[in-house]
Amino acid sequence: MGDHLNMFFFGYFPYIALAVFFLGSVIRFDREQYTWRSGSSQMLRQKQLRWGSNLFHVGIIIVFFGHLFGLLTPMAVFEFFGIGHTAKQLMAIIVGGIAGIMALVGATMLLHRRLYDPRIRATSAPSDHFVMSLLWVQLVLGMLTIPISLGHLDGSKMVLFMTWAQGIWSFQPGVAPLIQEAHWIFQLHIILGLLTFLIFPFTRLVHIWSAPIWFLGRKGYQVVRSRKRPVT
Amino acid sequence: MSHFLDRLTFFRKHVEEFADGHGITTNEDRGWEDGYRHRWQHDKVVRSTHGVNCTGSCSWKIHVKGGIVTWETQQTDYPRTRPDMPNHEPRGCSRGASYSWYLYSGNRLKYPMVRKRLIELWREARKDKSPVAAWTSIVEDPEKRKSYTARRGLGGFVRADWEEATEISAAANAYTIRKYGPDRIAGFSPIPAMSMVSYAAGTRYLSLLGGTCMSFYDWYCDLPPASPQTWGEQTDVPESADWYNSSFLLIWGSNVPQTRTPDAHFYTEVRYKGAKSVVISPDYSEASKFGDLWVSPKQGTDAALAMAMGHVILREFHVDKQSDYFNDYVRRYTDFPMLVRLVEKDGRYVPERQLRASDFKDALGETNNPDWKTVALAGKAGNVVVPSGSIGFRWGEKGKWNLEEKDASGKEVSLLLSTLDLKDTVAAVDFPYFGNKKHDYFTGTDHADILTRNVPAKKVQLADGSEALVATVYDLFVANYGLDRGLGGENVATSFDDDIPYTPAWQERITGVPREQVIAVARGFAENADKTQGKSMVILGAGLNHWYHMDMIYRGIINMLVMCGCVGQSGGGWSHYVGQEKLRPQTGWTNLAFALDWARPPRHMNSTSYWYAHTDQWRYERLPVSEILSPTHMKESTDKDDWGDYSLIDFNVRSERMGWLPSAPQLNRNPLDVAREAEAAGREPSEYLVEKLKSGEIAFASEDPDNPGNWPRNLFVWRSNLLGSSGKGHEYFLKHLLGTTHGVQGKDLGEMGAQKPKEVVWHEDAPEGKLDLLVTLDFRMSTTCLYSDIVLPTATWYEKHDLNTSDMHPFIHPLSAAVDPVWESRTDWDIYKTIARKFSEVAPEVLGKEKDIVLTPLQHDTPNELAQAMDVKEWKKGECEAIPGKTMPMIKVIERDYPNVFKRFTALGPMMESAGNGGKGINWDTKEEVEQLKALNGVVTETGPTAGLARIDTDIDACEVILMLAPETNGHVAVKAWESLTNTTGREHAHLARSSEHEKIRFHDIQSQPRKIVSSPIWSGLESEKVSYNAGYTNVHELIPWRTLSGRQQLYQDHAWMRAFGEQLCLYKPPIDTRTIKPHIDEKGNGNPQIVLNFITPHQKWGIHSTYTDNLLMLTLSRGGPIVWISEDDAKQGGIEDNDWIEAYNANGALTARAVVSQRVKPGMALMYHAQEKIVNVPGSEVTGTRGGIHNSVTRTVVKPTHMIGGYAQLSYFLNYYGTVGANRDEFIIVRKMQVVDWLEDPESKPIIQGEGQPAAAE
Repeated sequence: MGDHLNMFFFGYFPYIALAVFFLGSVIRFDREQYTWRSGSSQMLRQKQLRWGSNLFHVGIIIVFFGHLFGLLTPMAVFEFFGIGHTAKQLMAIIVGGIAGIMALVGATMLLHRRLYDPRIRATSAPSDHFVMSLLWVQLVLGMLTIPISLGHLDGSKMVLFMTWAQGIWSFQPGVAPLIQEAHWIFQLHIILGLLTFLIFPFTRLVHIWSAPIWFLGRKGYQVVRSRKRPVT
Repeated sequence: MSHFLDRLTFFRKHVEEFADGHGITTNEDRGWEDGYRHRWQHDKVVRSTHGVNCTGSCSWKIHVKGGIVTWETQQTDYPRTRPDMPNHEPRGCSRGASYSWYLYSGNRLKYPMVRKRLIELWREARKDKSPVAAWTSIVEDPEKRKSYTARRGLGGFVRADWEEATEISAAANAYTIRKYGPDRIAGFSPIPAMSMVSYAAGTRYLSLLGGTCMSFYDWYCDLPPASPQTWGEQTDVPESADWYNSSFLLIWGSNVPQTRTPDAHFYTEVRYKGAKSVVISPDYSEASKFGDLWVSPKQGTDAALAMAMGHVILREFHVDKQSDYFNDYVRRYTDFPMLVRLVEKDGRYVPERQLRASDFKDALGETNNPDWKTVALAGKAGNVVVPSGSIGFRWGEKGKWNLEEKDASGKEVSLLLSTLDLKDTVAAVDFPYFGNKKHDYFTGTDHADILTRNVPAKKVQLADGSEALVATVYDLFVANYGLDRGLGGENVATSFDDDIPYTPAWQERITGVPREQVIAVARGFAENADKTQGKSMVILGAGLNHWYHMDMIYRGIINMLVMCGCVGQSGGGWSHYVGQEKLRPQTGWTNLAFALDWARPPRHMNSTSYWYAHTDQWRYERLPVSEILSPTHMKESTDKDDWGDYSLIDFNVRSERMGWLPSAPQLNRNPLDVAREAEAAGREPSEYLVEKLKSGEIAFASEDPDNPGNWPRNLFVWRSNLLGSSGKGHEYFLKHLLGTTHGVQGKDLGEMGAQKPKEVVWHEDAPEGKLDLLVTLDFRMSTTCLYSDIVLPTATWYEKHDLNTSDMHPFIHPLSAAVDPVWESRTDWDIYKTIARKFSEVAPEVLGKEKDIVLTPLQHDTPNELAQAMDVKEWKKGECEAIPGKTMPMIKVIERDYPNVFKRFTALGPMMESAGNGGKGINWDTKEEVEQLKALNGVVTETGPTAGLARIDTDIDACEVILMLAPETNGHVAVKAWESLTNTTGREHAHLARSSEHEKIRFHDIQSQPRKIVSSPIWSGLESEKVSYNAGYTNVHELIPWRTLSGRQQLYQDHAWMRAFGEQLCLYKPPIDTRTIKPHIDEKGNGNPQIVLNFITPHQKWGIHSTYTDNLLMLTLSRGGPIVWISEDDAKQGGIEDNDWIEAYNANGALTARAVVSQRVKPGMALMYHAQEKIVNVPGSEVTGTRGGIHNSVTRTVVKPTHMIGGYAQLSYFLNYYGTVGANRDEFIIVRKMQVVDWLEDPESKPIIQGEGQPAAAE
C-alpha cells in the first residue's frame, strides 16, 4: 500500500470513523428516538433465528471484547501479570478462533435467512443487507488471520497492532506506518473494522448501545416516574 | 433537553424508594410520553357515515390530522327523541370503525384503469378515427372484441387518464344508442339511501340518455313480496327505537346483534324493561342467547311453524274465545269481511276471486270503477254493501278512499266477519296441500294433494241473474288453518294433537319443533297482544326471506300479526330488516335521480328478470311449472296452453307483454328508429307501434334474449359489487354475460334434450360475452372491478358530500368530505359529470335531438294499477284488444337532446314547474321550492337550453335539491302533501305536519347534527313526540287505506295467477328441488367422502356484504378468507376437521373455503357468510380447474310466476316494489375435503396436499 493510502486508512480514517461513530450515535439518539432499535425480524420468521442469532451474538461479543482488551490494554499490564507475548497470542488465537467460528456460523445462518426468506428479504432495508454482509466478510477475514498469526507466534506483529491502536487512542503522531508492512488481510480487516464504526450510527447496529444490561441490576419492581423535572 | 445528556444522569435518577425498596421513584425524562399524546391529537373532526348497505346510518366523527384521515370514532350527539326512551347513541360497529383503513390501503383504487388489450385497440384506432368510429371499429370486429372480453377477470389493467377513460365510455354509449337503442345501456347501483347523490349521479346520466336503471331490492331477494301483496307497500317497518315499546319480541330468522349491531341495544334495553323474547333460528345464532326460549326449526320450514302458531291463535283467540280487540281490529283493518266467490270443480268448490260491486245489479249504485270495489255483508240481515276504502275509490273520485266504517253512500255499516250464523249452506271447499311433495332432504307428510273442508256459505244474486255461492275471507281463512268450528267434515282438527294440517302436532314432522313450544309461543304472543292492544312484534330477516317460497313464510307471520291486531300499533308489528332502506326524502330525490325534471317516465327494470334472461340462467331452468302449480288450478277458458308445459321464463315474457313487468331492452328494434319510422309514416307513434306489435313486425326483446340485437351492451356498476356479492348464478354471469373463464358444470336444456320454453326463441349455441363494455366505479379493487373493462376510482365515504337515511332511526344524516378525494379519485357526482361532458362532446358525431319511444309497465300508485279486474287476457293470443296502459305497457315518446346531456345534467329542468312533484299517488305543486332553489343554488347564466334554471353543479347543490323538494325535509312541502292526500281520503291530515311547517333542513344543518325528519304521507308512520316510527300507524290511526284491492290488509290474494299456484291463502310449501346435485356428485369425486348440505348464506359478522371482507382489520379478526360453517355431525361424516380446506360444488359451479366445524350449526345445513371476496385467500378448485368462486358460484336464481303479476291494485309493478326476486336458499351443495390445494400462483406458493401430514398453514 502506498504511503498516502496507508496514511489515510491507518492515520486519518480511524479518527474520521470514531468521530462519526460517537457523534453520530449521540445525534441519532437525540433526534431519532423512534429509530433506535434492533429491527428484529423474529415476528416474521422464527426459522434459523434461534441458533443463528444466539451463536452470532455470543461469538461476536467475545470477539469484540477480545479485540477491545487485547488491543487497548497497555503493555505494562501484561508484563505486570507476567503474560508473555506468545501466550497472549495463543490465547487470542484459541479464544478468538472458537468465538469467531460461532459468530461466523451464526452470521452465515442469519445472512442466508435475510437473503433467501421472501418475507424477510421484502422487509429488509439496503442497510440491513449491507451490515450483515459486512460483518460476515469481516468475520471471514478475521478467521483468515489465524493461519498468518500461527506463522509468527512470537507475538511481534500483535505488539505492533497494539502499539498502533493505543497510539491512535492517545493521539500519537506517526503510528500509521506501523501497519504498512502488515499482511494485506490484516490491513483489510482493520479497514473494514473501522468502516463498521463509520456506518454504525446509520444502521441497526445502534442497538448495541442499548443492550438492556442495566435491567439485571435494577432496583425496585415498580417504577414511578416523577412529575418533577430534574433541576438542570 | 437532550435524551443523551439525560441518560448521563444515571446516578441521580433514582430519587426515592418505597415499599421496602420494591418500588422506586425516578426523575427520568418523560418526553417520550408525548408520542402517545400526539397519536390522539388531530386537526379537525368531520361528521360522516358509511354509505354501506347495512342501513345503519350511524353518526361518526372522522378525525383528520395533517390532511390525512387518521381514524374514526362514534358520535354521541343525536337529538334525544322522547324522555322515556333510551338514547340512540352511540351507533356503530367494528366494521365501520375499521373503514379508514381503506383510504390509504393497497386496495384503494387510485387512478382510472382500462383493460390493457382494450386500451391498445383503442389507442390504435384513435390514431386515425374519431371516438365513435374508433369504438365501432373495435366492437364490430369479432376478433378484436373477443380479445378483451375473453380476458375479463384475468388481470391486465393499465393506468389511463380521466379524459381517455371517459372518452371510451362515452363513445361506447353513443355508438350503442345509435346502433341498438338507449335501452341497451344499463346501470346497476343499489340502495340510494346509502348515498343518495352518488346513486342519483349515475341514474341521472342514464335517464338523460334513455338508459335502463335497474332495481336491486328484489334482486337481492330482500324485497318481501308478501309486503306489497298484503299492504301495497314495498316495505315499511318500525324504527329500532320502537322495539323498546314492545313487550313480546319474536326474533325470527334475524340475527340482531350481528347484523343490526348499532340497534341491538334497544333489544337489550327492552329485555331489562321486562319484555319477553323468543328467538327462532335453526342455528344457535348470536341472537339466540337473548331469548327466553330458542326454537330451532329445520331451515326453510318456517311457514309450517307459522301456520301452526296461527292455528293456535285462531283457536284460542278468535274461534273458541274471542278477543274483543282482535275481533274489532280484523273487521276494520283487514279484508276478512270481503266476499269471495266459490266456484264448482269436480263436485266441490274452489275459492275464486273477491266479488266486486259490478257483479251485482246496477253495480250496487257505483258508477266509478265498480270492477274494483270489493263487497261485504253488513248488519244483522247480512245485506251486501260496498265499504269505502277499496281501490276503486282511490282513482276517479274524491273523498271516499278511507277506512271509516261507512259504505259508499256514507251510511255507517258494521261488516260481518263470518256467515256462520247466517249461512245458507255448508260448502265443501278444496284447499291445495303441498306439504306432501317428495324432496330428498326435507321431510313431508302424507296428506292428500287436496284438502276438502267445510265452509259456511251464502247465496247471492248476481247482475246476470245467476246465483253465486260466496264465503267471507274470514271463513275461508279459518277453514284453511284446519280448524273445526262445529261444521265437522274432513281435514279439520278439534285438538292441537290431531295430525291434520296445520296443527302443532302436524308440524312436528316437518320442522322438528315440539308441539308444546309452538303452543306456548303462540299463546304468549297473542295473550300479550290482547292485553297491550298489539304490542307484540316480530323481527324477521334474511333467514326467512331468501327462500323460493318466502312469501308463504312471510304471510304466515303476517297472518299472526294481523290476527293479533299488531300491525300499525306502536311496539307491535312486522319488523322486516333485510336490505330494507328508507330513502326518507324519496320524492325530492326521485326527480334528481331519474331526471324527472327533464323527461318522464324514466326506464326502470326489475333486475331479477333481467339477469335471469341475460345471463341465460333460464337456459338451465330445471324447475317444472307442474311441480309448483296448484292441484286446484282450473284452466282458464281463454287459456290455450296447458300451464304445466310452460317454462318459468314464459310467464315472464307473457307478463312483460301484458305490461305487468317492465322490459329491458324493450323492443327487438332500436326505439329511436321506430319513432323515426312512425314519424316518416306520418303516424302517431303509439298507434304505429301497437299495430306493428300486433302484426309481429316488431316484437318484445324478451322473446329472444339471446339475439345479438337484444343483448345488453353497456353496463355501469357503481356503489355495488354485483359480481362479488349479489350476482346469483355468478358463473352464468361469467359465461354468458361476460364471456370469460367460468365454472358452470351443468348442461343447458338443449344439451339435455329437455322441454324448452314456448315463448322464447331457442338458439342452439348460447351466446358468450354479451356485454361490449363494463364500467365500474369503486374505491377499492373489488371482484366486480376485476371483471370490468374500465375501472374508475371514486371518492370514499370520508371524501364526498352526500345524504344518508335509514329506517332504523328517524334522522337524516350527511356524508361529508373530511379530506378531498385522494390520488386521482373523484366523487360519483363528479365522475358522471365528467362522463356526461365527454358524452356531449362525442355524441354529435352520430346523435342529435332524437325521439325515443319508451314503454312503461302498469305502475302501482297510478290509475294504471286498475288494468284487468277479472280475468287475465292477453292481446298477443288474440284474447283482447291491445290497449296501451290497460292490456299492454304504456307507450310514450320522449325527446332526447344528446348534445346537451351535460347541460341538462347540471341544471334543474323545467318539468318540476310544469308537472309538479309527488309520489305514491299523491301530487303537489312545487313551483315555490324551485324558485327557492334558484335563489339558493344560483341560476345558470350561460346561454343555452338551461339558461335561467337552478344550478346543480356540486354534490352539495344536489343535496339541496333533494332536501328542498322533499316533504320529509321541508315542512311546507309536507303540509302541501298531506293536504293533497285529503282530497282523496276526505279526511283532514295536515295537522300531522303543521307543527313542523317551518322546518327546513339544509345540508349544513345535518352536518352540525343529524336532524329528525318531518312526518309525511309518503310513509305510513309518524315521527312525533308521542310515538316512535311504526309502519301502518297512519292506516290504523288516520284511517288512510292501505294501497291494496280492498284498501285493507289483504290476506286473500284473488288474482288468477295467485289462484293457479294455490296462494290465495297462506300455506306451507316446502323448498323446491333445484336438481343440481345429481349427476355431478358421481362424476367429480376426488376420493374423499362427500356430504350434501343445504347452502345457507347469511349476513356476515366481519363485513357488510362484501365491504370490509378485504379489510385487513376485519380479516385479522376473522380467519382471514372464505369459510363455510358445518355441523360436527356432518363434519364427522365427511371426514372434515376444523380449518380443513374444503370444496363445495354442484351443477352451478364450485367454491373453495376453509371449514369451520361448529356445534352452533344444525346438521344438514352449511352456513357460508355471503359475499366473502374472491380476491382474498381463495385457492383453485379441483372441480373447475379455475380459481374457486364466491358464494354465488353454486347458486342459480329461480323466478316465481306469482311475482310477475301486474296491473292489479297492490300487485302492480314499481321499481323495487314488486316483481321477481332472486331467491337462492333452496340450493344444495356437495361438500368434501380437498385433496390438493393449489394456489394457481407463483412457484413460491406450492400446492398443499391435504391429509398427508402436511400442515394446512405453511410454517
